[in-house]
This record gives sequence, C-alpha cells and structure tokens, in this order.
Amino acid sequence: MTGRRRVLGAAGAAALAPFAGARPALAQPAGARVLKMVPQANLTSLDPIWTTANITRNHGYMVYDNLYGMDAGFRPQPQLAEGHVVEEDGKRVVITLRQGPKFHDGEPVRAADAVQSLRRWMRRSPSGQKLAEFVDEVSALDDRRLQFRLKRSFPFLFSALAQVSNSPAFIMPERIAQTDAFQQIRETVGSGPFRFKRDEFNSGSLVVYERNPEYSPTPVGAPSLTAGPKIVHFDRVEWQIITDASTSAAALQAGEIDWYEQPPPEIQALLRRSRALSIEPVDPLPLVGILRPNHLHPPFNDRRMRQALLPAIDQADFMTAIVGTDPGLWESCGVFTPGTPLASDAGLEPLRGPRSIDRAKALMREAGYTNQPMRLVGPTDILAPSAMTQVGADLVRRLGFNADIVLTDWGTTVQRRTSREPIERGGWSMIFTSFASFDFIDPSAHFPLRGNGTNAWPGWPDIPELETLRDEWFLAPTPEEGKRIAERMQRVAMEEVPYIPVGAYKSLTAIRRDLRDRVPGFAIFWNLRRG
Amino acid sequence: MFAYALRRIVATIPVMAVVALFVFSLLYISPGDPAAVIAGDQATPADVERIRASLGLDRPYLVRFGDWVWQIVHGDLGTSIFTNLPVSTMIAQRIEPTLSLMVITLILAVCIAVPMGVVAAWKQGTWIDRAVMAFAVLGFSVPVFVVGYLLAYVFALELDWLPVQGYTPFARGIGPWFQNLILPAVALGGVYIALIARITRATMLEVLQQDYIRTARAKGVGQRGILFLHALKNAAVPIVTVIGIGVALLIGGAVVTESVFAIPGLGRLTVDAILRRDYPVIQGVILLFSFTYVLVNLVIDLLYTLFDPRIRY
Repeated sequence: MTGRRRVLGAAGAAALAPFAGARPALAQPAGARVLKMVPQANLTSLDPIWTTANITRNHGYMVYDNLYGMDAGFRPQPQLAEGHVVEEDGKRVVITLRQGPKFHDGEPVRAADAVQSLRRWMRRSPSGQKLAEFVDEVSALDDRRLQFRLKRSFPFLFSALAQVSNSPAFIMPERIAQTDAFQQIRETVGSGPFRFKRDEFNSGSLVVYERNPEYSPTPVGAPSLTAGPKIVHFDRVEWQIITDASTSAAALQAGEIDWYEQPPPEIQALLRRSRALSIEPVDPLPLVGILRPNHLHPPFNDRRMRQALLPAIDQADFMTAIVGTDPGLWESCGVFTPGTPLASDAGLEPLRGPRSIDRAKALMREAGYTNQPMRLVGPTDILAPSAMTQVGADLVRRLGFNADIVLTDWGTTVQRRTSREPIERGGWSMIFTSFASFDFIDPSAHFPLRGNGTNAWPGWPDIPELETLRDEWFLAPTPEEGKRIAERMQRVAMEEVPYIPVGAYKSLTAIRRDLRDRVPGFAIFWNLRRG
Repeated sequence: MFAYALRRIVATIPVMAVVALFVFSLLYISPGDPAAVIAGDQATPADVERIRASLGLDRPYLVRFGDWVWQIVHGDLGTSIFTNLPVSTMIAQRIEPTLSLMVITLILAVCIAVPMGVVAAWKQGTWIDRAVMAFAVLGFSVPVFVVGYLLAYVFALELDWLPVQGYTPFARGIGPWFQNLILPAVALGGVYIALIARITRATMLEVLQQDYIRTARAKGVGQRGILFLHALKNAAVPIVTVIGIGVALLIGGAVVTESVFAIPGLGRLTVDAILRRDYPVIQGVILLFSFTYVLVNLVIDLLYTLFDPRIRY
C-alpha cells in the first residue's frame, strides 16, 4: 500500500471504527487453499447431459469423471477405465473399470452405473447418437466390466466416449442416470475430483466445490486437457458469478478473486497493466466464427447467392471486431479448428486472395439477385456474435442487399433462428455466431457442417454429399483416411456453402500470476496450484 | 383504521390479479424460447419440441395461465425452468440482500435528504440552498452505475477501504454486512436523496410562508423548533408520499446496483431470468415487487394519519 493509501486508510478506518474488526477478512487476497473465480456465465442447469451450455460442461468436469479423457493431441486416454479389449473384428468391445473410484455418496463406481450413464448420454450427445446407430447392446458383464456389442466396427468409439464438449459422457450413479434424457437430474453425485456443495449453491451468485478427498486419479499419463491424473491442490473452489465486467476486473485487481475467465477486450487492456496478473489464452486453440445463411428461403436458397458472398468475406474485419488489432489473437480458418489434425487449406481458395465487394456484387447479379429482402438477426449482448453481426450488417449494406437488420438480445436470437418461416413471417436470412475449438475439431459434433436438411442446425442446408462424407469419416480405418475425407468435406463446403467461416480467435483469460500449472483447454481446476 | 387497512389489503387482490394477467400475457407474447436455449445448438427440432413439451410450454395460453394462477392460489410460485429449484426458494435466497440494500439506502437517504431540504428552505437563495439544489440536480442526472463505478474505484481500488463487490449475510456479523452495503447504498441513494431533498425544500418553503409559522416566531419559538417541530411535521405528508413513490425507484435502481456491486439480490435474479426466459422466475419476482409496492403505498397512506390528524380512515 502506498503512503497516501496508508494515511487515507487510517482516516477511513477511524470512520469505520465500529466495524473495524471485520474489515481484514473482506479485502485480503483469497486464502491459499481457496480459489475464487469469475466464470464465463452463470451456472443455471446442473445437468451436463440435459444442456450443452459450456458452463454446465465445466461444472460436469468438476463433479464427474469419464471412462476416457481426451489429451491435448485429441487422443482418448483411460480415466475411469483401466483398459479395454476389442474383439470379433471390432464388433465386441469390453471396457474394464479401475478398482477404487467411488461416487461422492461413498458407493463404488460400477459397470452398471457406466452403462446407464452411457444410455442416457447416447440419447442427447451427437457423438452418442451416432454411436447408438452402431450399438446392438451395451451391458454390464459384472461390476467392473461393461460390454459394447456393435453392428460393425466403430473406430470412433473411444473418441466419442472421450468427447470434451457437447456433451461429454459423464458417469453418474445408475439411479440418477435413469432420469429421462429430456428431464434434468435432481441430484449432483459424481466420482470426479470435486464435490458440489448444494447447500451453498445460489444460482446467479455463488457455486462452491470442495476437494473430493476420496478421489482416485488415474495413474496413467500426465495432465493434458481432460486426460491424465486430476490432482487437486485446493480445498475449496468458489465460482463467484459477477455479471459486470468492470466489477469483475476490479475484484481481480483488488485481490478479491484469483481468476476472471473471460474478460472482454477493453477490460483485458486494463488488466494487462497489473504485474500481478497474467492475460493468456484459456485454450491454445481458437474459437471459430461463422456466417450462417438460411438455405430454406430466398435469397440464400440459391447456391450461387451463397457463393457470391465469398469474395466479400474478409476474415480480418470480423476478427478485428472481436479481438482488436493484435494480429496474434486471431487466424484465418477453414471448416476445422486451426491447429487440429483435420485443419487444412484444401478448397479454401474462395476465402483467400484479394477481397472484392465489386466481384461479389457481380456474382449476385449473375445469380439473378433483384433486390429481394433479406434479414440479418444478431445479438447485442454477447461479445463475439455481436461484433460479427455489426461487421456483417455493414457488409450486406455495402453489397447492396435490401437488408433488414434486427439487433436484439441473445435469448431472442436463439429463438428467432429456429424459425423456418420466410422472412415475411418472421424468419431470417443470415446469422453470425461462434463455436468452441472442440466443436470443430472433427465432423462428429460439427453442427454447421451437417447437410441433413430440416434436421440440421438452423440454416437447414440439404447437402447429401456432406452427410455421406460424414458417415464415411466415422468409419475411416486410419487417421490419414479420415483426414482425406475431411479435406473433401471442406471442398464441398466451399462449393455448397452451408456456412462461411469468418475467422478463428483466441479467448483470453485473466489469472493471478501466483497460480501455476493450469491445464490449458477451458477452466480446469485440477493440477492448478498456488505458489 | 384497522378496518380500512383490512379493506385495502383485500383490495390488493384484484390489483395483483391484473398484474398477474399483465405479466403472464406480456411474457407469453414476448419473443424467446427457453427450450431452444436449453436444447443447445446440436438439438434437432424434435429435441426442442420434446423439451418444450416437458416444460409444458406447448400448452395453450389459457391452460398455462390457469395452472399458474392455481399454483399461486395454493402458495406455489412454480419451479425455475433452468435450475429446477422452486421459485420461492430462489426468492428466499435473494430477498435478504435486496431488502438490506433498500433499507440501508432508505435510512441513508431520509437521514441526509430531509435535513438537506429543510436547511435549503431555511437558507433559501443563499449558497447553501444553491449547493443543495446543485447536488439534487447532480443526483438526478448521474446514472446509478456511473456513481457506483466511481465509488468502487475510489473507495475500494484506490483507497482500499471497502470491498469492491459481494454481499455478506447479516447472520455473519453486522460489520461485514454493513461494509458490503455502504458503497451500493450510497450509489443507489443518490437519486433518492435528490428527490426527497427537492420535495422537502419545496414543501418547507410553502409551509414556512404560513401564518402559524409567523405566529410561532412571534411567540419566540427558536429556529430549530420552528423548522423541525412546526414546519417539518406539516410538510411531512408530501415528503412521505415521495418516499413511498421512491420505493419504485429503489426497486429499479437495485437491479443496476446489484449488477455493479455483484450483490446476489432480487434485481439480478430478475435480469438473469429475463435474459434466459425463465418464465416462472420472472413472473414470481414481478408479482413480489408489485405486491411490495402496493403494500408500501398502504403503509404510506396509514402514516398520513400520524402526521395529519385531520386525515381519518
């Protein structure tokens, strides 16, 4: 504290003399065994299978464990599993559980728990749903062994079980996993490294976890993404829900919290001035921004109109709007997350080279655009989609579209984008949003790359070739073959334009420098330690 | 007066019914679909429909409204769509911080604003009067969040006297409880102080022109006695009215203040619920706010009899 602060502090202390006894507990840095973090969003639902919200996924990783974790190289590694045997040309897979893991209620983790959890997961997760197409039966052979009987070999099985996001295959007690997949579970009992403190849970304010002293970490490997041993160095982790960015930043500067998961760019600049804080990417991989046209109605039900947009897309414009002018915080991208095995330049020529509004206008004319109305819908309250929507709004105006720009809140955007109606009945023509790096690492959970028509993610492209290639990818016998298929998918995507990638950007986090050994990927609390 | 109070309480029932109908209808026609938010990006339209059905959102307007009213009549505000917790539990978790903030703000505002207004009227036309009025204009003009940020910057970050954010329950000690509320109460109280100070000054100016004040002076009553015993009591009715009306200001201001200072109160609960279309929570909280406001007005009406013996119910 400076001399000036000492003097003023003394004066203040005198004024607050009746309350002086309580003061130190409030402004001191968080205790060494307690970690306080402001997460990216409020935790509302506690069921990571029922909702795909990332904050609920992060909650899931605190409380639950998986059969397999995913390492940073996207290789599945055993977690609750001790190992597995693949027999009968891949049609029978037996997974053996480790001895020792227990749920937070003291019961051992049994194969029956895993089987019921996987059944529920297979009803909601895209990877699980795909797996379900190949599964004749999944059953418990005894307390430690579960068996998959498959229609045919499914090489993606272990990757699906190790899925990091959307939704991970968390293992719950059988009685809880029996809950309908479309209803929320009512108990939070896992076998993960932390116990959820329901008695202190106040949605919108505070989420508390305490170290699980009974946790049995896998002895295999080193901590890497969701794989490896999960060693906890804090007795208590508090998620303090602070919705206001300035308040979060001030709390971090004042030492009232240790970690601010997603500070917006203008706050990052402020926090960089503090030597006690580190501003770093939460995930070495970037998030991906997309422009999604609506394939059901004019003008973008015409492939030529979708293609006409490509020469006008300057990914730098969109990314600068999100992360500012630091070129190190974004990179150009195709349909797969840059830096992951399937990312390539195949077929990306329409997004590369000089950008030209005039060329796009000429293509629009060739496609027969005659001033039909279009509607861009986007939020103003979520940073990246909001920034991309603003750039997109400017772009469609410059392209000469007869554009209706609807700026609203995220909740309304999510609802409006599900409308399949033409725009005269409240529908939409174009939206912008972004996806986490894990969502675009392969075709399994890559919703915008689906071409399954009315069952597809909003925008509803009907591109059978993409679906065929996706099916082939799941069955690709080798990674090399999988990569070749992914390249073909990207070429088809650039030709048919189910969506347009508008760049990939890093999400930065602000964390106290005395915290070390953080596992990159998302807000991961094991392995992290103070000192 | 008891019979009057009882009649007024009974009269709140149709008022609350109208509020309930209004709130429910407004939410029904407003855009946004919690099922789509819950289902997430990968959900098929069938998944969204199943979730909508499981939440009962696919039922007709009248059926949903009827069910909700039936629940309320039975003392059940429903269950949050997202947290699966009873709305009454969520409100119970949040009511103490909001109530604390409002009470502290109210006490602070009345203690500061009434003397300010009285002194300004007494010293009409002097620099003191102008200073009070300048403060009042400032209080009205500067948004609560700006005052909040400035206070947090100066007193929490720079001087390190008070915490930046958060709330400590009263049960954990009056000291920590009060420390967390000082800055939010000052921020929220600014506009309230301005409002009460202005009305106090205006009413006092009017009262100070009355014959009985001149008589009191002629009888040799001291300045303090004239101001606080004779004039203020007669000026109290409009002041109390404004204090009552100002509760609505406090409720509105609490939403912003609670966000700026991360106080887990009803204001933030409301905003969060609106943003994710958690209908039962929105309906429950607005109903509670409306009921509170109706009740405050009743209390104000009853207080009139204390200050003005001519008023009888």
